[in-house]
Amino acid sequence: MFKKDISPGAKSKVKSSVQRAIRTKITETYPLLVPHIDEILPKKEQLDLVKLPDRVSLYALGSTPLFWQHMDDPLLPHLTLVHKYPTCFPLLRIDRGAIRFVLSGASLMAPGLTSPGGRLPKQNDKDGVGPEEYRYGNEELDEGEVVVIEAEGKENACLVGVLRMGTKEMKEKKKGVVVEGGHYLGDGLWKMGLD
Amino acid sequence: MADVADGASASPAKQVIYCGICSLPPEYCEFGGTTKKCEEWLQKNHPAMHERLYSQDAIEANLSTLSLDAQKRAAKDAEKKAAKAASAAAKEEERKASSKVIIKRVERNKRKYVTEVSGLEAFDLDLKKVAKDFGKKFATGSSVTKVPGGGEAITVQGDLSDDIYDYVTENYEQIPEDNVECVEDKKKKPAS
Repeated sequence: MFKKDISPGAKSKVKSSVQRAIRTKITETYPLLVPHIDEILPKKEQLDLVKLPDRVSLYALGSTPLFWQHMDDPLLPHLTLVHKYPTCFPLLRIDRGAIRFVLSGASLMAPGLTSPGGRLPKQNDKDGVGPEEYRYGNEELDEGEVVVIEAEGKENACLVGVLRMGTKEMKEKKKGVVVEGGHYLGDGLWKMGLD
Repeated sequence: MADVADGASASPAKQVIYCGICSLPPEYCEFGGTTKKCEEWLQKNHPAMHERLYSQDAIEANLSTLSLDAQKRAAKDAEKKAAKAASAAAKEEERKASSKVIIKRVERNKRKYVTEVSGLEAFDLDLKKVAKDFGKKFATGSSVTKVPGGGEAITVQGDLSDDIYDYVTENYEQIPEDNVECVEDKKKKPAS
């Protein structure tokens, strides 16, 4: 979505009632963030709405980008936020070979997740439940859910996006687009300065 | 990213170090195209992390996970990307060296003048913000205006060419002093 470098558009203050609505929406979509919500979005702080090209709006606190949204799609976290609270989002992992494609803005394809280096939920039945495997969860994820993609051998996440295909389907088909038009490391949104 | 400071010690928020060159977390620098510079930066600023990421073992471990064929392709791709990044950087450098900031005094009405500053956008400055700064500094009206030849310039009310010259050379260190030029629309130089 942000393959090209973008410059922030008009910045406006968010009404406090809207701010409250956003807050509840975030806690609904990302229940794991509830313990940290006061830290991410303090009640008294003034949230800013920054308009970006292609009908994307970005919510920011001062110069810290927090969440972005394309039209009325779900609120997606900015990667800096993901890096701060890596365990609060549904995680998947891609193998090493896929990283360079993701970082150059390609759609994420299923083989990157189903290969030995990738991780999907519910794989621990056969691998045995190690603490390292546990973080990828036990629940199958459905189409339309927000996922954070991290990479094999890396600590930090490299992509945030909406699933185009449920994880169950992925395991069966092992083909096709999984995440399209997400926010990846080094894209326009990442590089954009907010001051 | 300016979020290093706000993490209180009790918070569970993870502090991530970002590379000063390519802005990615250092572990992703190898995909950025400016790997060499990133590595140097990391060695200087976070030696411990550099040790961990660029040790022989780490590199070997990285390579072993890919098939030979994929490795070759990845290497070729990386090379291409690096070359592209390098040439882009060189071009940018050249553009900056050759572009000039021109401060021009324009007569508005006999003894009244405005000062027009053009060429600032070549140095990655946001004209709107600079205009605001000028206005604040000199306590005059200052705005971004369109130039007939295309492009934009900052128009500051009043004859301020010398003051702006000093201000620009002092405050924006990315602009070399030789690249700033004062031009008068009239032949006589203003008394300073």
